[in-house]
Amino acid sequence: MSAYLLIESRDPFEWSEVARTYELATQLRAAGHEVALFLVQNAVLPVRAGCRRAGLDRITGTGIDVLADDFSLRERGIAATALLNGIRPASIDFVIERMAAGWKTIWH
Amino acid sequence: MTTSQTLTFVLMDAPFESARTTTAFRLLHAALSRGYDVNVFAYEGAVALSFARQTGHANAVHGRDAAQEDHPLPKDWIAQLMNQARACGAKLNWVNCGLCVDERGVAEAVEGVRRGSPADCWKMAQESRSTLVIATK
Repeated sequence: MSAYLLIESRDPFEWSEVARTYELATQLRAAGHEVALFLVQNAVLPVRAGCRRAGLDRITGTGIDVLADDFSLRERGIAATALLNGIRPASIDFVIERMAAGWKTIWH
Repeated sequence: MTTSQTLTFVLMDAPFESARTTTAFRLLHAALSRGYDVNVFAYEGAVALSFARQTGHANAVHGRDAAQEDHPLPKDWIAQLMNQARACGAKLNWVNCGLCVDERGVAEAVEGVRRGSPADCWKMAQESRSTLVIATK
């Protein structure tokens, strides 16, 4: 089995294909791979607690590690303490650590 | 032969156009800070990131001259990353795709950036622990 880091940079309100990233994460996980989804730039917009989920709530709790870039959160005035349950803030170092560990890394 | 100490990033976006460029520079900074050697293969519009003739400008609306405005320029960020690499004992190997450089007329690059070809991108990926392609829209 492999380990995949999916980096999503787009928000699902403007880009319908973001749902495909969520589906890919789910399918890779179901196939037994280790999966992390790192949200950066406008992709952090749907992580606010109380926001219309746009499919993100179907990923949390499935064994996929979902993280939101802390810099992107601050840029957009989203408090790190007010995130959807199951999503945690992380620094950009997370991406570097996973790349250095050999995770297959895909940007959307 | 791969090394666990080298990471490769492939960039496409032209300067001043996208938040992807900002994120890319954050990743490069983070990787160098951790002591990893970093390869950057810049193609398409990204070959202009290192163009030596980028120039800031004044801001008449806000009443600032060029020095006061201190307009951020990607070529300066690359130069600073080069310095950071040296300070951290790491290597920053920045290669611009020569085909894309010629198309755009941006042959003059800041020190440390060299001209290459798509073959360099393949070689970088072969010799790295991991490669991240940040594609444009």
